[in-house]
Amino acid sequence: MSLDAKIPEGPLAEKWSKHKFNLKLVNPANKRKYDVIVVGTGLAGGAAAASLAELGYNVKAFCFQDSPRRAHSIAAQGGINAAKNYQNDGDSVYRLFYDTIKGGDYRAREGNVYRLAEVSVNIIDQCVAQGVPFAREYGGLLDNRSFGGSQVSRTFYARGQTGQQLLLGAYSALNRQIHLGKVKMYTRTEMLDVVTVDGQAKGIVTRNLITGEIETHSGHAVLLCTGGYGNVFYLSTNAIGSNVTAAWRAHKRGAYFANPCYTQIHPTCIPVTGDHQSKLTLMSESLRNDGRVWAPKTVAVAEQLRKGAIRADQVKEDDRDYFLERKYPSFGNLVPRDVASRNAKEMVDDGRGVGGSGFAVFLDFADAIHRLGKDAVAAKYGNLFDMYYQITDEDPYKQPMRIYPAVHYTMGGLWVDYNLSTNIPGLYALGECNFSDHGANRLGASALMQGLADGYFVIPYTLGDYLATIGPKPVDTKHPAFEQTKQDVIARINKLLALKGTKTVNEYHRDLGHIMWEYCGMARTEEGLTKAKGLIQALRADFWKNAIVVGANEEVNASLERAGRVADFLELGELMVDDALMRKESCGGHFRLESQTPEGEAMRDDEHFAFVAAWEYKGDNQPEVLNKEVLDFEFVHLTQRSYK
Amino acid sequence: MSTGNMNLTLKVWRQKNADTKGAFVTYKAEGISPDMSFLEMLDVVNEGLIHKGDEPIHFDHDCREGICGMCSLYINGHPHGPKNAITTCQLHMRTFHDGEIIVIEPWRAAAFPVIKDLAVDRSAFDRIQQAGGFVSVNTGVTIDANAIPIPKVIADEAFNSATCIGCGACVAACKNASAMLFVSAKVTQLGMLPQGQPERYSRVQAMVAQMDAEGFGNCTNTGACEAECPKEIKMTNISRMNNDFFSAKLFREEGVHEHATGE
Repeated sequence: MSLDAKIPEGPLAEKWSKHKFNLKLVNPANKRKYDVIVVGTGLAGGAAAASLAELGYNVKAFCFQDSPRRAHSIAAQGGINAAKNYQNDGDSVYRLFYDTIKGGDYRAREGNVYRLAEVSVNIIDQCVAQGVPFAREYGGLLDNRSFGGSQVSRTFYARGQTGQQLLLGAYSALNRQIHLGKVKMYTRTEMLDVVTVDGQAKGIVTRNLITGEIETHSGHAVLLCTGGYGNVFYLSTNAIGSNVTAAWRAHKRGAYFANPCYTQIHPTCIPVTGDHQSKLTLMSESLRNDGRVWAPKTVAVAEQLRKGAIRADQVKEDDRDYFLERKYPSFGNLVPRDVASRNAKEMVDDGRGVGGSGFAVFLDFADAIHRLGKDAVAAKYGNLFDMYYQITDEDPYKQPMRIYPAVHYTMGGLWVDYNLSTNIPGLYALGECNFSDHGANRLGASALMQGLADGYFVIPYTLGDYLATIGPKPVDTKHPAFEQTKQDVIARINKLLALKGTKTVNEYHRDLGHIMWEYCGMARTEEGLTKAKGLIQALRADFWKNAIVVGANEEVNASLERAGRVADFLELGELMVDDALMRKESCGGHFRLESQTPEGEAMRDDEHFAFVAAWEYKGDNQPEVLNKEVLDFEFVHLTQRSYK
Repeated sequence: MSTGNMNLTLKVWRQKNADTKGAFVTYKAEGISPDMSFLEMLDVVNEGLIHKGDEPIHFDHDCREGICGMCSLYINGHPHGPKNAITTCQLHMRTFHDGEIIVIEPWRAAAFPVIKDLAVDRSAFDRIQQAGGFVSVNTGVTIDANAIPIPKVIADEAFNSATCIGCGACVAACKNASAMLFVSAKVTQLGMLPQGQPERYSRVQAMVAQMDAEGFGNCTNTGACEAECPKEIKMTNISRMNNDFFSAKLFREEGVHEHATGE
């Protein structure tokens, strides 16, 4: 089937304004007759729930954590982009749009990305009005820094805790609406399915994580703001609880899953220390403003470093290869993430990796400390340096950080049109949960921008159009679809609880992660992906025979929660592999070894692959069907990305 | 699966739910690596329990990078363990020595009832924030962000208060189970910034009233909260809150506005 993204006609800069005018409105007095379900309370969900409640809708908001403030948006470190041009360095809405399209390796929609750049300026105003304490200069105005993939300073930040401050801003707006009675907040509640009636989303099924009670909730629309699926790799920078279940359940009810193979491997994370590792910790991209990435020039020097025979600071300048500065003189250490990650991997593959395992390169602040002084460096990055020290027991003020790429973000997600609607009417996806704005690689400081854009400035308009169309008639909660979906959820829980095998859910998850990282990670091949598909199928079959799930449903049961999430990852993993196999080109974070330029950069095949791959579920263990949304580029000329 | 050589004895609080009595249960944690985080050490113990078909030790955790505020263990008599200025998830086993006995308890406060084992219900914190921890501004087109210059020292100080992660260590550390440090951090952040001025005095009264209603104790200035706060929130926040609160009570009851006193 052909997919209509519903991008408005007309000049780029007028699309959103015109579209807003053409959208139907809901009369203020009628808004209170509508119920809206928002799942997830991160930047996208928190912002959406608060904004929709302010408009007058009745919102029911859900999160699996103990408080909406815990959503993983809280952990974003570096910053949020906005085309304010406060620095007078040539930024503009068009430049942010262009950088984002190019950064995503021309696999995102022009219309969406332009809108994102356009509303970015409102986000900063909104957050400041809420009392978000962004970094400021001595004159009292807002400070900016640079991020990868751009040559202007457009990133707003709050030390290394920007996500925390933005989320607490959205949380405060949400709290105000909870207090006013316009949002009913359900914490420690996990969404396990979506209810569709006559093809429209009308509710969800949840599990109360304290009592185990399975409940149904109805609404005129359901918004999934449930984040990304990076934990399919087991080790990632995501929170332990981050999962794909809400999006995957929606997919199995008919929502298309787009570009699942587009995953972002972030270049600067603290390397793995052993099998016990439960998660990886990011060191913000902002560090590349002042830190210099290097590896030893020779394998011999690298070996000495690995054995601990010499320290990093004892390696002579001549023996160091500042490989990003050498290969990309105009962007240097601030190349986009996919490029930086691949180059680090290349060093390691070349035998020039450092650290005990050899899976690391250096991020060195000696020059910055010499140039700016230790205090200035501490003021900018102090909390990150402290975190690094706690985890590694090494002092980054005295010796360079060891860093290595790790899974960080997923550009793929539920397919949505320009209105953020999935192909199921009434079911919306916002923030990292959708696929729409970052193409095949997300630029740093753009995730926060997108989450808040979707929640504060897009959905409040586009949802109204749908609600006005369907009218305020109450949802019929007696419809058999509610009870049937609830019974499906209960049956699946019982199936999980019956698993009394020999291998823990965590062990399956770790095995899946190994397969995904090895064959569907930074470098992918036809052969490897084909092998991975078989391995995942076998692992999944084994899971449903040999996993151990302890306890009962009617209690707090982390083992059961985990099992449900890992079971979904075991299905998603295969779809990611299918998508990566189908896409016989390299683009952004999707690097097929078969498709590279002579210099080893990602080589796209625009003739055959300038489309969004939207996968359609066809039943358990059936191959999914590929639907294509062709990407039209009216305004931007497609070129080979160059950061040289 | 573990790779280390530390062997430890854990005395862990186990409690089925809020309605049943809890007790300490002793576990061995063997083959622990000093590079493991404290929570990864518990993961190892839990994997062992699951293999035996036993219920794992339940504890709250999520981001595991010290920012979400979910982890909440009382270790050897200290919220978040023996080291200063970090959360439990950032505590690493190299802090302990081989053969050590480690006592692990939940936060203990009447306003934080135990949910299961080491996890407690901190929804009282949310309700306090709901009572007034916000600036009443709707989403929409507001003034340009740079139209409100804020001196850097003020912005930095507001940030220092805003860095609170809402974990509840301050309450757990306090002999009175007082939530003053938590509440004062938000009161101070918004009270220092120009955006927070219009509701400054109503906010502090609403939040303090909710804090009292939740059953948190009073502050007697012992300073345990500041000493144990993983984000190093200072007790000066409490002084500011008290100042605003008294001021509100004395001069700014219903209908009397702050500009009447020349501020």
